[in-house]
Amino acid sequence: MATWTWFHKLASPPHFYRIAGKMIPWFAIPAALLIAAGLYGGLVLAPADYQQGDAFRIIYLHVPAAWLSLMCYMTMAISAAVGLIWRIKLSHALAAASAPIGASFALLALATGSLWGKPMWGTYWTWDARLTSELILFFLYLGYMALRSAFDDLTRADRASAVLALVGSVNVPIIHFSVTWWNSLHQGSTVMRKGGPAMPVSMLAPLLMAAAGFTLLYAALACIRVRGEVLIRERNATWLKELGSA
Amino acid sequence: MEDFLHMGGYARFVWPAYGLGFLVLAWNIWSALRVQRDALARARRRAEIGRTEGE
Repeated sequence: MATWTWFHKLASPPHFYRIAGKMIPWFAIPAALLIAAGLYGGLVLAPADYQQGDAFRIIYLHVPAAWLSLMCYMTMAISAAVGLIWRIKLSHALAAASAPIGASFALLALATGSLWGKPMWGTYWTWDARLTSELILFFLYLGYMALRSAFDDLTRADRASAVLALVGSVNVPIIHFSVTWWNSLHQGSTVMRKGGPAMPVSMLAPLLMAAAGFTLLYAALACIRVRGEVLIRERNATWLKELGSA
Repeated sequence: MEDFLHMGGYARFVWPAYGLGFLVLAWNIWSALRVQRDALARARRRAEIGRTEGE
């Protein structure tokens, strides 16, 4: 019972606006520290890979970006579903806010992967299961944003794009398992595999820090963007007038 | 330092990757702040209009 009261309070736009505003530095500062530490550890402290030399250092951007592109899509699909079922505007706002973030990180995963693929596989691109499914993820984000912008009415944009987000979520497990299901050029899982990560701590720790930093950065960016979405959605609410210089 | 920049011969792959990473991070921060600032400015304008109409 108490949980629901709390939930309703949080889901009310003025409360959310205030709380999200207070949360931003709590996400952003650790995110900046973790990303800086992770990238420094990866570029400077970690030893070169015995097979891939220094080219493997691209992993410290590639894996966190790919992870975030997937996590962001799941967040988007789940909040779109919640918005569709319970008609919670804030949920739709979170889904809409996640799309451009996810798209940019899917693009970064593809681009860094391409720059890593050239020296290791001899090609920038190949129509391999992992690469193709990640490219589809990028297009799903673009399609989601294009569909939203095609509606003048926000409620209809929310509902139509939520269906697209849900249908597209079938792609997420395909990306994750693509390296196991198909014969892929892409290397298998290094971190989340049976028997623990196949990496020494000096290589693994910066990777985990960068991934955690990217995740926290997503939280900070989502807070900022959802606040913007809330302002756009709450056109006539009286609390907007009391925002003053906040 | 030169060794570091050389990246064991992979400099032309590693550094562009990190350059793109920096761009994506910077774009995300810039874009999120801009969206929020624009929305706030529009909301304030609406509130101002609402107030004068109410008087």
